Amino acid sequence: MARATISAQFRTAASKLTADLKHRGWISKSLRGYETSRRGNQAKYGDWNSAREAAGSIKYEAVNHLDRYLEEFARNFEANGGKIFWASTGEEARDYVVKLARDRGVRSVIKSKSMTAEEIHLNPALEEAGLPVVESDLGEYIVQLRGEAPYHLVFPAMHLDRHEISTLFEEKLGSAPTDDPERLTMIAREVMRDKYLTADMGITGANFAVAETGMISITENEGNARLTAALPKIHVALMGIEKIIPRLEDLALFLPMLATAGAGQPMTCYNSLYTGPRKAGEVDGPEEFHLVILDNKRTQLLADAEQRDALHCIRCGACLNVCPIFRNVGGHSYGTTYQGPIGSVITPHLRGLQNWKHLSAASSLCGACTETCPVKIDIHHHLLHNRRNAAQGKQTWYEKIGFRLFAWAARSPGLFRFGGRFAGLALKLRPRGPLDPLQAWTSTRGFPTPAPRSFNAYWRSRKGGP
Amino acid sequence: MSDARTILTRIREALREPAPKRHLHGHGSLDEDRPGGPEDFRAWLPPVGERWSEQFELFRANALALKAEVVVYRDTKDLATQLRQRAAAEGWKKLALARTGWSADLLGQLPGDKVFADAGYDRGAVESCDVGVTECDALVAQTGSVLVTSASAGGRVLSVLPPHHVVVARHDQLVPDLSAALARAREIYREGGWPSMLSFITGPSRTGDIERILVLGAHGPKRLTIFCDQPA
Repeated sequence: MARATISAQFRTAASKLTADLKHRGWISKSLRGYETSRRGNQAKYGDWNSAREAAGSIKYEAVNHLDRYLEEFARNFEANGGKIFWASTGEEARDYVVKLARDRGVRSVIKSKSMTAEEIHLNPALEEAGLPVVESDLGEYIVQLRGEAPYHLVFPAMHLDRHEISTLFEEKLGSAPTDDPERLTMIAREVMRDKYLTADMGITGANFAVAETGMISITENEGNARLTAALPKIHVALMGIEKIIPRLEDLALFLPMLATAGAGQPMTCYNSLYTGPRKAGEVDGPEEFHLVILDNKRTQLLADAEQRDALHCIRCGACLNVCPIFRNVGGHSYGTTYQGPIGSVITPHLRGLQNWKHLSAASSLCGACTETCPVKIDIHHHLLHNRRNAAQGKQTWYEKIGFRLFAWAARSPGLFRFGGRFAGLALKLRPRGPLDPLQAWTSTRGFPTPAPRSFNAYWRSRKGGP
Repeated sequence: MSDARTILTRIREALREPAPKRHLHGHGSLDEDRPGGPEDFRAWLPPVGERWSEQFELFRANALALKAEVVVYRDTKDLATQLRQRAAAEGWKKLALARTGWSADLLGQLPGDKVFADAGYDRGAVESCDVGVTECDALVAQTGSVLVTSASAGGRVLSVLPPHHVVVARHDQLVPDLSAALARAREIYREGGWPSMLSFITGPSRTGDIERILVLGAHGPKRLTIFCDQPA
């Protein structure tokens, strides 16, 4: 897609949703609930900020020695009987999974939540190959039925109310309409039970990969990932290269923190570690366990030492939840796999700076994201870094002339004073309405009236001159 | 096609320029020279208490807050009686059980049809059970979690497919926090090697995907009941 189209689409979608007061009210309401429970649970920690500091330094250690830890992880993972596929691109990862499914005669696939799978568009690839795939996470299932992308990293269907979901189930599943969230959940549960028992392949994501033991850790509330990794005869997990943590004990910090930052919970319902396929002597579990480790331009972000810590992200979604921009423009407007502040930081690295630089401007730089991040990524400064990098060497001729004129005027006090007075007058006398040269600003906002005299003049009168 | 070497080489290239040192923002108790490790986690995570009784009360309170149920039994005879009463009161017709473990005999004598999870068991039959009863490896006071593994809980499925999961635990399985639970697991599996799955279960299966309203039993059990005895 052309550059202008991507940013224009963002602008159109964002303007539309910002004006949609019902949508805004809906999103703020559900995020207020999250904020209350997150604060309550944070307050129970002995020292939440030290925990953040430590989580950040563990990820710093892992990411800055990623080669060493990945090698250690891979060695241990393979010793446990799992198979690793290293994918440089999304295409390689997709092809591997599709080919594996074909080679093993897979007829249907059940999937639990994986943002990495969203990133590489795995589902369309499987479907194109004639392999039906069902999302088992309730929120993901709802957006899958609607043919939509997830609205939020962690809460994929948070933009919908129960009536919309009931209507959707009525249309797609032929269920009776209901207003009861429990009833709606049970409809999905029934549908899914059958799928778990019949699917030949289960696909999951991974939240952490423990170098020391070669285990992957999966965090979820519903039990769908547990079933996805238990019933089908092949388990495929997908993860980005940055998911590594050095030691098993590091999970003692990350598991509760992910739950608290991500969903305001003390601990997520199921935190499961997988060491390999079914072991000799075990009664069930998959015969094969494959892990796709994906680069897909992450090494480009890794090479940017200044922003390397963006790879510390554990995808908790906390920065989305507190972001005033996310709350107003909504998750779909971004047009990215990863929404909100962290998405605005990493998408330009993963998909091209010039095409996605507009996201860096979609920020008030208030810093709420940085303040809330459980691994202390310097998110809002990275938005500034992206702005700077995008502008480097990209000045237009009129910007160049404008700045040169300004520099000239700013060096000469008389000219500067005259310029200030002239600008004040010009602002006052400018045409209003559709001919207003400041229309881009004034069509939705008031413009401040210039002060009757300059600061310079005020200072002179107050102090009797410099 | 890529291989490990291609990607690891690219990573090494990328890491050539060192990242700026992490700057600490002045809050918290850490300093640059001592970033903190697992031995420090205890001080930052929610406090637990020293005595068994304090830890058990915390475990119970945490589990209850997550809508799990904690039941105390005196001895194995009392456990058998209580399970029998439950089975009658709640109408457990069909039970899913593991073949092995300290509780195998006791559970095998409960009334009702039984499906045993052994090699080649019928998954459909487990799905149709009212209750799955398993043992565990640890109870975690700090989080109200139960640690089960594919070795201790009759495989991967038993603890998650039936609508009601009953855990039978012993008081010496209670540990203060996740670090201690992981250490316990290391100890248990030191010789035989890690089981293929370990899972911290914290309350019954849940979702908030519809209007952020809590619903239990999204895909896993709607109910979680934990039986534990007390030290003499």
